[in-house]
Amino acid sequence: MKLKLKIWRQKNSNDKGKIVSYDIENISPDMSFLEMMDVLNEQLTSKGIDPVAFDHDCREGICGSCSMFINGEAHGPDRLVTTCQLHMRKFKDGDTIHIEPFRANSFPVIKDLVVDRSSFDRVQHAGGFISINTSGNTQDANAIPIEKNSADKAFDAATCIGCGACVATCKNSSAMLFVSAKVSQFSLLPQGKVEANDRVLNMVKQMDEEGFGNCTNTGACEVECPKGISLENIARMNRDFLKAKISS
Amino acid sequence: MSNVIQASIIKKIAMAVSGLFLIIFLFQHFIINITSVFSESIFNQFSHFMGSNFVVQFIAQPILIFGVIFHFVMGFVLDFQNRSSRKIKYVKYKGSSNASWMSRNMIISGAVVLSFLILHFYDFWIPEMNHKYVEFLPEDPNRYYDELSDKFEDLVKVVLYVISFGFLSLHLLHGFSSAFQSMGINNKYNYLVKTFTIVYAIGIPFGFSFIAIFHYLNH
Amino acid sequence: MSKVNAKIPEGPISKKWTNHKNNIRLVSPANKRLIDVIVVGTGLAGGSAAATLAELGYNVKAFCFQDSPRRAHSIAAQGGINAAKNYQGDGDSIHRLFYDTVKGGDYRSREANVYRLAEVSSNIIDQCVAQGVPFARDYGGLLDNRSFGGVLVSRTFYAKGQTGQQLLLGAYSAMNRQIARGKIQMFNRHEMMDLVKVDGKARGIITRNLINGKIERHSAHAVVIASGGYGNLFYLSTNAMGSNVSASWKIHKKGAYFANPCFTQIHPTCIPVSGDHQSKLTLMSESLRNDGRIWVPKSKSDSVAIREGKLKPVDLAEDKRDYYLERRYPAFGNLVPRDVASRAAKERCDSGYGVNKTGEAVFLDFASAIIRYGREKAHLKGLNEDNLSLVKDLGKEVIKSKYGNLFQMYEKIVDQNPYETPMMIYPAVHYTMGGVWVDYNLMTTIPGCFAIGEANFSDHGANRLGASALMQGLADGYFVLPYTIGDYLADDIRTGSISTDCKEFEEAENAVKNKIELLINNNGDKSVDYFHKKLGKIIWNKCGMSRNENELKQAIEEIQLLRKDFYKNVSVPGSKDSFNEPLAKAVRVSDFLELGELFAKDALERSESCGGHFREESQTKEGEALRDDKNFTFVSAWENKGEPSESVLHKEDLIYENIELKTRSYK
Repeated sequence: MKLKLKIWRQKNSNDKGKIVSYDIENISPDMSFLEMMDVLNEQLTSKGIDPVAFDHDCREGICGSCSMFINGEAHGPDRLVTTCQLHMRKFKDGDTIHIEPFRANSFPVIKDLVVDRSSFDRVQHAGGFISINTSGNTQDANAIPIEKNSADKAFDAATCIGCGACVATCKNSSAMLFVSAKVSQFSLLPQGKVEANDRVLNMVKQMDEEGFGNCTNTGACEVECPKGISLENIARMNRDFLKAKISS
Repeated sequence: MSNVIQASIIKKIAMAVSGLFLIIFLFQHFIINITSVFSESIFNQFSHFMGSNFVVQFIAQPILIFGVIFHFVMGFVLDFQNRSSRKIKYVKYKGSSNASWMSRNMIISGAVVLSFLILHFYDFWIPEMNHKYVEFLPEDPNRYYDELSDKFEDLVKVVLYVISFGFLSLHLLHGFSSAFQSMGINNKYNYLVKTFTIVYAIGIPFGFSFIAIFHYLNH
Repeated sequence: MSKVNAKIPEGPISKKWTNHKNNIRLVSPANKRLIDVIVVGTGLAGGSAAATLAELGYNVKAFCFQDSPRRAHSIAAQGGINAAKNYQGDGDSIHRLFYDTVKGGDYRSREANVYRLAEVSSNIIDQCVAQGVPFARDYGGLLDNRSFGGVLVSRTFYAKGQTGQQLLLGAYSAMNRQIARGKIQMFNRHEMMDLVKVDGKARGIITRNLINGKIERHSAHAVVIASGGYGNLFYLSTNAMGSNVSASWKIHKKGAYFANPCFTQIHPTCIPVSGDHQSKLTLMSESLRNDGRIWVPKSKSDSVAIREGKLKPVDLAEDKRDYYLERRYPAFGNLVPRDVASRAAKERCDSGYGVNKTGEAVFLDFASAIIRYGREKAHLKGLNEDNLSLVKDLGKEVIKSKYGNLFQMYEKIVDQNPYETPMMIYPAVHYTMGGVWVDYNLMTTIPGCFAIGEANFSDHGANRLGASALMQGLADGYFVLPYTIGDYLADDIRTGSISTDCKEFEEAENAVKNKIELLINNNGDKSVDYFHKKLGKIIWNKCGMSRNENELKQAIEEIQLLRKDFYKNVSVPGSKDSFNEPLAKAVRVSDFLELGELFAKDALERSESCGGHFREESQTKEGEALRDDKNFTFVSAWENKGEPSESVLHKEDLIYENIELKTRSYK
């Protein structure tokens, strides 16, 4: 395959940045998108050009590092995949591919396609935990039976990989899907109910302070989420938040 | 209060509640108006009641006006915030691939509905207020039907109304079910909410359009 | 050659850990506030250790090269975590888990450590549930278990195919709590460049900020290395792209012994390499071998026809297929341990029966499982069991509910539907049992420097059982290190904070800066990846699934030449003061180039076969691994003396008092 790549290049956080075009040939449809980027970077390096920086690590769709906005969509045209699982067979010979970083004020660009997602971490510092000591003196794991349905739902929320596709996709750069998944993961379990009110209030407060936009229920986040996190989580968080606000 | 409303989720719920309130008002408005199609006298009776009842005039009406203003002002404020939370825009952004036009353009459909409301106020509400509270003209319980049908003589106006109702429909198609999501209601009955949204969002604006066209044709 | 002392406590094995805990020294809560601990790596081991140490009151500085601790590669573990809970009432016990782990490791692990691991295992599950890890549950609301290879009980706790992710998020949430309290200072996107020793003790590290290239000094009273394994030595592995040996290697060069480097786990069920462009390999969970049958064609001509696309595997008649694991190991069949399954696949492919374009793949076939489950389902629903298409549809549903996410992952990568045609799989490097040598307290041979999780060598011997890596990482981090580190730190309560303004820090910093200058200014013409790929090929071909003296010697020579070539011809683009991935990689690869040689040297030295280490010279008539207990019942602990070729071997004798050494047989 022969492709034209239009990639966002930005030297560092202070640089203005611009789109630069590259032509690339001999791309196999069996390659993953990031392997195609590897080929490009090998070529750039051999020409003495600084290779394109991008975040990636596990390359199997679970670490949540990779974060490219490809042809106007977070993680590209395929569904339920991260950029690293996107394969070149989803593109046609001669295609032009736009590659941009995940964009939001709360995700400042570090270099090229690498962004700083520490705002996500800070939201979780604010309450993404159950206050239990790791002393090992906890009660037996089977002491509290948990309804299978709740356990499954908590698991589904907990599969969020924190990649930021929801924010990148949302026209408002809202982080509601991410935050609601993190809140639901705990609030659905009996262990997490004890401090559920404080958790949701604190995490939403931090989310707002980080400068994410407001949710307008477009549902784009759910469609683009590589793990298929459901909008139900957002509804649940709205509910929990209101309850907490009233009772606190 | 200002502290409470700073939380994004509270703003969102406030939008939903005010929106649903307007949806209920819209339904009531529609029920009264549709009577004009088949009975001049029933329409006049209803309108007289609404126009002269103390509770409607001095309690419900101010709340409604507050609701309308709140919904619009908050809508614009939120949209401004949302837009500015991504200062550097994407070069290529394919919004249509993951969200409906309606959900992405509430500000446009909302703005059209707002301009329509201005026109509508100019047509009905301002003359009405003038009639009652400025010039203190005597009440004629049978004046309402004629006032209504007179307004739809002009084809241009009818077209403007119908176009506005189209945008109202688009606004409702997202807004109605979205309000439930905002208030935290998204469960196994969600499909009912979605179905009802479609029925309501298409039915009501269609009905209003019908009323306008009906009076134009029967004048 | 000298003997190393693991400082194993006295007493019967079941009392060792309790007695040890009762006797080691403690640091009072008031004094813990005066003590700093550095933790490098934030996976299951590092994350849990950082959280627990902070909770105890120490001031923790945690470092990871990823942009968030939650992205450490523990997150990719699929199958589950073992614990001797005996919830299923199938006869499991601490002793049985201990026994299975030692046997699975082919009798090359330290009894006392493994027993302690089994002992604390059930506490891990309690802990994780308390902090909200959503393990799979049955309809009664209690925890569910599954079974893994090489054992006869169901003791594996799981969260669908994402157990590692859920456990890591648990550890990360415990960290978040401590970060919020200010007890953990988190350094994301920081790479450890060297260890700093003051008066012979580990007193800090030098790091490079990966965003702006700044070289920084960090001091502490103890340094914990939890940076994972070195599977990326092979270039292609199931490890993450960034996984590296550098932290372990740096401490090795500063005096920590490196144990059993050649013990590597090659996982049998991975998606095969599709071409030269391949950057990494993807694992398909071991659980698939519960239902999948592994085969290749009986005749070479059929294999060739399948390879060329002239014959479809589903069209090949049953009697023309060779289910070689069922043939060779009738007792365990497709569920033999990982090392055995991997070698058998390699043997078939080397003999010319491979089934994909490269000739390096075997089939993992679910067709008979689909029919079996379909029939059961049809029977249950009272439908026609002879209606084949109905039975197949029902069977596919069952398979989907069990392995849906894995099948989807396979389809995305290979572009074939595994419900319709058998999967193609091939072994790939997955885990390294070898690592930094540690004593019973998990301290390396450098005082004050500890190693936990996959980074150390301690618990898995020559082969790790499935679902034991997560167990070990969390055991070390939550329940072992936080106790044992106190024994060392008890001496440091009066030390006060450690200054970074001393010559040791300065020297270490300068050495790091010089190395970076050297790499960035090297006007070569070959990329870092070129060398990494070449190194990977040497290791895979000559120190891979089967090894022999001749090839190991060649490998050593080739790696030495490659290392020279690297320093002469490598080209690192960009600047040292900015985000520069090739530079970070160059440093990592330079360490791999040294480790690779020690790896081959260790494999050469150990002329027996055991677990994942198969020496062709040491095999039975049937081609099975042949252990040499008389000469090799020891841990090889290598001391660095500069060049890897000069490394000196020390032995830790393995003494089996509770388990009798036997030949592993899965026939």
